Amino acid sequence: MSSKVDKVERHSHPPDPVVGGGLSGADVVDDISAHVLTDRLGQIWWVALGCSLLLLTVFAISVAVLLWKGVGVWGIHDTVGWGLAITNFVWWIGIGHAGTFISAFLLLMSQGWRTSINRFAEGMTLLAVACAGVFPLLHLGRPWLFYWLMPYPNRMALWPQWRSPLIWDFVAVSTYGSVSLLFWYLGLVPDLAAVRDRATGRKKKVYALLCLGWRGSAYHWSYHQRAYLILAALATPLVVSVHSIVSLDFSVAILPGWHSTIFPPYFVAGAILSGFAMVITLAVPLRAWMKLENYITLKHLENSAKLMLITSFIVTYGYASEIFFGWWSGEVFHMAHLKHLFTGAYSPLWFVVLLCNSILPQLLWWRKFRTSPWALFWLSLAVNVGMWGERYIIVVGTLYKDYLPSAWRLYHATIWDWGLFLGTFGLFGSLFLLFIRYVPVISIHEMVELIKEDKE
Amino acid sequence: MSQVFPKKLDGVLRIGCFITALMFLFVLLTLIGLTRSSWVTGENRFTEQPIPFSHRHHAGELQIDCRYCHTSVETSAQAGLPPTETCMTCHSQLYTQDEVTAPIRRSWTEDKPIRWKRVIELPDFVYFAHNVHVNNGVACTECHGRVDRMPLMSQAHHYTMGWCLECHKDPARRLRPEEEVFSPEWSPPDHQQREEIAEFLMKKYDVELSRLTECSSCHR
Repeated sequence: MSSKVDKVERHSHPPDPVVGGGLSGADVVDDISAHVLTDRLGQIWWVALGCSLLLLTVFAISVAVLLWKGVGVWGIHDTVGWGLAITNFVWWIGIGHAGTFISAFLLLMSQGWRTSINRFAEGMTLLAVACAGVFPLLHLGRPWLFYWLMPYPNRMALWPQWRSPLIWDFVAVSTYGSVSLLFWYLGLVPDLAAVRDRATGRKKKVYALLCLGWRGSAYHWSYHQRAYLILAALATPLVVSVHSIVSLDFSVAILPGWHSTIFPPYFVAGAILSGFAMVITLAVPLRAWMKLENYITLKHLENSAKLMLITSFIVTYGYASEIFFGWWSGEVFHMAHLKHLFTGAYSPLWFVVLLCNSILPQLLWWRKFRTSPWALFWLSLAVNVGMWGERYIIVVGTLYKDYLPSAWRLYHATIWDWGLFLGTFGLFGSLFLLFIRYVPVISIHEMVELIKEDKE
Repeated sequence: MSQVFPKKLDGVLRIGCFITALMFLFVLLTLIGLTRSSWVTGENRFTEQPIPFSHRHHAGELQIDCRYCHTSVETSAQAGLPPTETCMTCHSQLYTQDEVTAPIRRSWTEDKPIRWKRVIELPDFVYFAHNVHVNNGVACTECHGRVDRMPLMSQAHHYTMGWCLECHKDPARRLRPEEEVFSPEWSPPDHQQREEIAEFLMKKYDVELSRLTECSSCHR
């Protein structure tokens, strides 16, 4: 489905422009706000929303059944206490990382090219964190008592167990969620004002309320710029810290396959790999559908692809070091773990993981591949699958054969495990569709700034 | 570009946000307060019994030992409630025609136990052992209050986990010598020796502090 614009652009390099089509600032404002104010997305949007809502229903049913009957409806048992739920949690939260990486880290690094993809990547982050948060919450068994994870004045005179990584996790993820939300909204305020200025009737009032009376005065801009930078500075460490802490959930335990110092960097790299894969998965259809080729240019896709290549190497290094240190330790259970990895019940999945995360990304060495949107799209899907498989291998592949051979037991996810996982795509999809319909999907003010800077 | 809303809406929005935050805080504080109130915990609540039995009269004025009725307190997790026979040891002779004691005689003649009502209801996941406490120097009144002054039995404390832990974290000053466990009141002979006696009793009863706050000490 390679469109004409792609072909034209592919032949016009080097270098690929950050903004295509020779757009002026005013064009950008009109174009992007028109996405929000007029029904440009057409019937496909309704069809997509319908499908997402259907999946959301699956989500609702899965949650309801779980709450009614308890975690016994899942496939978890004494040996594998963390099943699909924790796999999905780690996967979703990892996906969020690319958004923060793009919006905060690259902002501080003054990477102008981030501008057009940061908004929807931030949106992706927020929704991915929301989907991720569902799993550990439901995995508690009694989710209505989730506030026990917080230190609050209670009659039991109890604090949370600070030595447990699970409480670090709770703090890290909730911080991540709130900072991401603030960052996203703060960046939106001037854009919502731009939409307000072009809207009429009731829509005008809604956007006026949401943009908090933004007038675009020099004072407003100066405060906004400062607040945005401060939030970026706050969010940047989160790119590293959140998944590091998620990795500690595993590596603090003394199980072979978990107890490894490589875990934090290895998890962060995996998070950014899967995050950029998801950015590409979303960006390629989005730019074709919403005709955003002038904003999300081949340069963006290529840069994202390069980051995928780098992080794929780090992840592969993680695999290699895990195998090496397992062998180096010479410890019986660790050696057995490695043997099970390559020959055990889950070894087919392990080879899929290696294929998707280590071997297929090697295609990104070719510029031609990096600049073919739909080829990237299929690769990114493979990486998404591979990263999910990696988390499954980490969670289940370690737990199913622990130190007590009589307790060894396979894990089979039930229909309600899969229902909930599938359901989170409904949650993500519905909210993402609403997001691209009602919120400027490209950061208008930053685009205009970029165009002005380009001209100067 | 003219503004959509009048200027005063800005103030309204700010006040609205402030009030919302305040409401949130108010709800939170109310909940925190409510869970501690006697309305929820039942502190000082009287429980109506089939017979208006007075601990003040029996344990206070007559100075009947707690163990005369609660016989298993030293040997079992449950202190035990007296069977009708225990009441009849005296009431076959005393107040034999009184209206108040009529349910005892009815229970005796019909051979149906009196249905006493539980005063202190701990959750099912808490395993409180009476014998462990009284055999290690924790007096009845430490938890039950001055029963010898209660005409009708009421909850002396709120019996929340925090309340239990207060003592489990620092039991030393609440311990008594063996022979004083069943006395309503006791103070060490010389007030200045309190700390010294506490230390002595901790050693005597071999109290291991770290084990007192282990989850499985009370939740099994």
